Amino acid sequence: MTAVADTSASATLPKVRVDYLPVLLVPILMLAALPLVGSVSTWVTLTVAALAMGMMIFLMASGLTLVFGLMDVLNFGHGVFISFGAYVSLIALGPLASWVESDNIWLNVGVLLACIATAMLITGALGYAFERVVIRPVYGQHLKQILITMGGMIVAEQMIHVIWGASPIPLRLPEGLRGAIVIGDAAMEKYRVIAVVLGLAVFGIMHLVLNRTKIGLLIRAGVENAEMVEALGYKIRRLFVGVFIAGSALAGLGGVLWAFYRQTLTAGMGMEVNVLIFIVIIIGGLGSVGGCFIGALLVALVANYTGFLAPKLALGSSILLMVVILLWRPQGLYPVAKR
Amino acid sequence: MTDMLKLHGVHTHIGQYHILHGVDLAVPRGQLTMLLGRNGAGKTTTLRTIMGLWQASQGSISFDGRDITKLPTPEIAQGGIAYVPENMGIFADLTVRENMILAARNGEIDPQRLKWIFGLFPALEKFWSLAAGVLSGGQKQMLAIARAIVEPRELLLIDEPTKGLAPAIIMNMVQAFKELKSTGATILLVEQNFLAAKLLGDHVAVMDDGRVVHRGAMAELAEDTVLQQKLLGLSMDAHQ
Repeated sequence: MTAVADTSASATLPKVRVDYLPVLLVPILMLAALPLVGSVSTWVTLTVAALAMGMMIFLMASGLTLVFGLMDVLNFGHGVFISFGAYVSLIALGPLASWVESDNIWLNVGVLLACIATAMLITGALGYAFERVVIRPVYGQHLKQILITMGGMIVAEQMIHVIWGASPIPLRLPEGLRGAIVIGDAAMEKYRVIAVVLGLAVFGIMHLVLNRTKIGLLIRAGVENAEMVEALGYKIRRLFVGVFIAGSALAGLGGVLWAFYRQTLTAGMGMEVNVLIFIVIIIGGLGSVGGCFIGALLVALVANYTGFLAPKLALGSSILLMVVILLWRPQGLYPVAKR
Repeated sequence: MTDMLKLHGVHTHIGQYHILHGVDLAVPRGQLTMLLGRNGAGKTTTLRTIMGLWQASQGSISFDGRDITKLPTPEIAQGGIAYVPENMGIFADLTVRENMILAARNGEIDPQRLKWIFGLFPALEKFWSLAAGVLSGGQKQMLAIARAIVEPRELLLIDEPTKGLAPAIIMNMVQAFKELKSTGATILLVEQNFLAAKLLGDHVAVMDDGRVVHRGAMAELAEDTVLQQKLLGLSMDAHQ
């Protein structure tokens, strides 16, 4: 048998450079803020709040980054699923109203989970319809994608007005999730802690699916080179529909958490957060779930710390962060290798 | 000897450009057919059209007696055609192992087959768990070919496997193809390196301006320097 010799010089193993720097940015930023904030308890409160916000942004953005990475689709209508997710949770809240005011923490958590399940199911189905009707006719045409998905979002927002009315709807947190856990002088809102736990759990599941399953392998390969995945015999379009549905359902989940966080429902809440989501996926590196996670945490931490230290800067802090990151790494924190 | 792949009067348009102007080509079963031609002659477009990555606007393509002209790429691949593109199509963020597993239909690689592949390309065994992106150009090419043969395929379409490789590696690659040929594989190989083509080819088709302008035995073309000069604009002296 003939062997093709190693082409590397004397066949030494190439060194794999694991890029930890973006991950380290999160603790570095947190520690750097500590002396500036001054008080440890205030710092803990700000940090936990930022982590919760970051997790929610991650949940809302993770689907979008995969959709862009896999099929090169610019879905400016992603906010639709956030708004709808938040509103359809009312369907579950109606019959379970007594659980919201119950003293039983398990019923409180149950109502939150029911809202999440309802929102994910309905936004997943909505995502399927959106892909078929709005996205499919404009594959490969970026300008049309932007126009039609923006249009789709405006239509969906008006539909929310028609169905649920134009006035904001107050949303009460379940009884047991209100208030804060106080450790020493530091107060951490219970709901934010739950948001952190949920966000971490979803990230963990996504990480496992992407790295330990054949579907995940196909998604990662498809993000790099969809054409080659097809040439290997896989129907990438079917995979994309699945990812679009999952991404929409995740946006719905994020929408529910976001709505309970704000304790108000407005039709424009998806559109408002859309810009933030795009900033996060650009910072993370388009198509990268890990980058999206780090990007979401960085955006939320910077927003919270600047909000406390220099409130006038808070409005532009995310854009400023994006500019700094892109000057450092023009392709984002974890760019996906593209064909 | 039957033809495994037949192209009849295939035209391909890419946007407003008319690239293939009626390609007629036959690839005999169990043989290695070289597809030669100058840059821009339409060789890569021919392979991509066979794979359905670009649709033929006219003409027909049949594989093993079945019309595949309008089939989508995944169905063509599932039918038994493996494709190694010019840019190799390696998934850089995936490990060598993951790249190979993707090419195995049921997600498992036959250990005996893998042993044979490692015999052909030992570097792959060593770099098995590393991201494919860290491999050298030659190693990536090995991976691309290994991925195509991870399971027995009816037909291999390989686009310029020696492009950019050092001469010593090219000769090793030629040996690997000879080994592959000896298993009875049917191969359509696009190549710019005439020496490699001469060593490997049973048959040859030469393309120019989107058409096949010559078909015959590779040995005959290798002997006929006047024909080489006419078809390919080269002299063998340049390739010795």
